[in-house]
Amino acid sequence: MNGLGIRIEGLHKRYGSGDTAVDALKEVEMTVAPGEVVGLIGPSGSGKSTLLKCLGAVIDPSGGRMSIGDEVIYDDGWKTPDLRSLRRDRIGFVFQAPYLIPFLDVTDNVALLPMLAGRPNPEARQRARELLDALDVGHRAGARPSQLSGGEQQRVAIARALANQPPVILADEPTAPLDSERALGVVRLLNRMARQFRTAIIVVTHDEKIIPTFERIYHIRDGRTYEEAGQGKAPD
Amino acid sequence: MISLAGRDILHSWSRFVLTGFGLGLLIGVTLTMAGVYRGMVDDARALLNNSGADLWVVQKDTLGPYAEPSSLRDDVYRVLLGLPGVARAANVTYLTMQVRHGDSDLRAMVVGFEPGQPGQPEYLLAGRQVTRSHYEAVADEKTGLRPGDTIRIRRHDFRVVGLTRRMVSSGGDPMIFIPLKDAQEAQFLKDNDAILNERARTAANPALNRPGVPGLLEAVQAAQNASRSVNAVLVQVAPGTPPESVGAGIRRWKHLQAYTRDQMEEILVAKLIATSARQIAMFLVILAVVSAAIVAFIIYTMTLGKLREIAVLKLIGTRNRTIAGMILQQALGLGVIGFLVGKTAATLWAPVFPKYVLLEPGDAARGFVVVMVICTLASTLAIRAALRIDPATAIGG
Ligand SMILES: Nc1ncnc2c1ncn2[C@@H]1O[C@H](COP(=O)(O)OP(=O)(O)OP(=O)(O)O)[C@@H](O)[C@H]1O
Ligand SMILES: [Mg+2]
Repeated sequence: MNGLGIRIEGLHKRYGSGDTAVDALKEVEMTVAPGEVVGLIGPSGSGKSTLLKCLGAVIDPSGGRMSIGDEVIYDDGWKTPDLRSLRRDRIGFVFQAPYLIPFLDVTDNVALLPMLAGRPNPEARQRARELLDALDVGHRAGARPSQLSGGEQQRVAIARALANQPPVILADEPTAPLDSERALGVVRLLNRMARQFRTAIIVVTHDEKIIPTFERIYHIRDGRTYEEAGQGKAPD
Repeated sequence: MISLAGRDILHSWSRFVLTGFGLGLLIGVTLTMAGVYRGMVDDARALLNNSGADLWVVQKDTLGPYAEPSSLRDDVYRVLLGLPGVARAANVTYLTMQVRHGDSDLRAMVVGFEPGQPGQPEYLLAGRQVTRSHYEAVADEKTGLRPGDTIRIRRHDFRVVGLTRRMVSSGGDPMIFIPLKDAQEAQFLKDNDAILNERARTAANPALNRPGVPGLLEAVQAAQNASRSVNAVLVQVAPGTPPESVGAGIRRWKHLQAYTRDQMEEILVAKLIATSARQIAMFLVILAVVSAAIVAFIIYTMTLGKLREIAVLKLIGTRNRTIAGMILQQALGLGVIGFLVGKTAATLWAPVFPKYVLLEPGDAARGFVVVMVICTLASTLAIRAALRIDPATAIGG
């Protein structure tokens, strides 16, 4: 079911209308295979966040076509009716800041997603603990987010993004607050998770430290994407 | 699914408990206000029950003796005793005044009654009933007096010989029972200077001081100074006689007003307590509004502090209903804490209240429902703010 990863064709997004209209995305072409991590790089105002919001089903594109896995989610004005469960089940989000829920412990922060999808609590927590172990934060499973270091919090956020085994993860500057060693650790994790769960991952970044790790990079400039082969020096 | 509201409350329990405590004191005040009203009604009923009367006979066209002044000749009761269906009839007087006790004075309603007749306090907590016809008193326990104490009413000292309970006026003043003659004197007798003045004035009136009619002046002067008035006559009807029919006869033939037990209760509760009841109702409304404002403010600020988390919750697919439910449950949780604190506080401080506070379980139940409704309404502001949050803000620029 994750056979197709992410496919974006001719995506267009216009903010506003008339004289004040802004074409944030003009002609975006992008494919990410299952198990692949691609970088998305571009100057400020080039449309990176806009692209993630379209793909993350929180804003509507103005034209083009997007599909996730084997499911078309947007086709020239038509969109999947239930965007909320699309976000819950098919897309994982990782942000610059971890944005964990402060009143839930680490396990429940991760288990919340399977719970929202209707899984029983014990099963959801079991899944959360497995993911936390896989991300080397299993020993902090009972702690509050505020008791964790920045790197640990970011790993919990990644575990949360993976919790419902989505075919797609969208990461917006996930390494920005981390030092280079931790940043590379996060990239290593994303690569490992992509392979392990056959997830297609897009990482928006400015981070010079991690740019060399991508096998493929999309540059976005003025609302258009340009593909480039990366150095592919993924840490192991 | 886990309870998001419950976890949030546990996480910030200190803020919750402190707010709940403040709210609870307000709710406690509210319950106490309702209790004061209930207490006033109950006091009125106790007063009527304990006076042992079936009919209150008062001056025509008055709502006496509790709600309006009423004055009757003190021989009216003999006429009433002659009516069919009347078993017993006795004079009573009521006068609210300051009673000296040692160096201080206390406010009390002084009741004049005839020992052994209707109007006598029914239950004694301590001591005995009044047996002598002068200068003995039975006091309500709320006066703080003890048997053996001496009190001064106008010009005479009285010895407290017994204590009774639940005998307070509609104003909340405890009652002191003294023999009728003493009470009449305290209420109607003029002071010595006034008597001398009055006598001189009468003697100077040629119409009353006629040389040819010996004894006329003395008779007029005696009549002027006698205290021959009472405030009401309490009537007990013969067994099997409806009080209303006896009352109708008294009203029809004797040009007096007669109230039955139910009519008297109507006067006390609907007329006399009505102003206090409206005040209390007004307080209840104000307190409800203040409570609602507090809950709304706290829940709203707590929600504003969580906007980012709520955006993330929405982004990862939490239903609006779940988020609204979380906020609503927090508001209700605050209400439950507040109610428990309020009920406890009201129960603790009611006995030391200067007025009788009657906390009825029904009022508590109604109060709980109102608190829950207020909390629900107060949470709508926060819920609206939460539902307006765009999940896109979680992704940021
Ligand atoms: N809600 C909006 N309404 C109107 N214009 C918008 C809106 N959001 C973004 N834009 C415009 O769209 C363009 C792309 O914005 P976007 O946020 O996608 O850039 P970005 O690549 O994420 O930039 P940065 O690296 O600074 O975060 C910008 O010119 C921006 O001003
Ligand atoms: Mg951006």
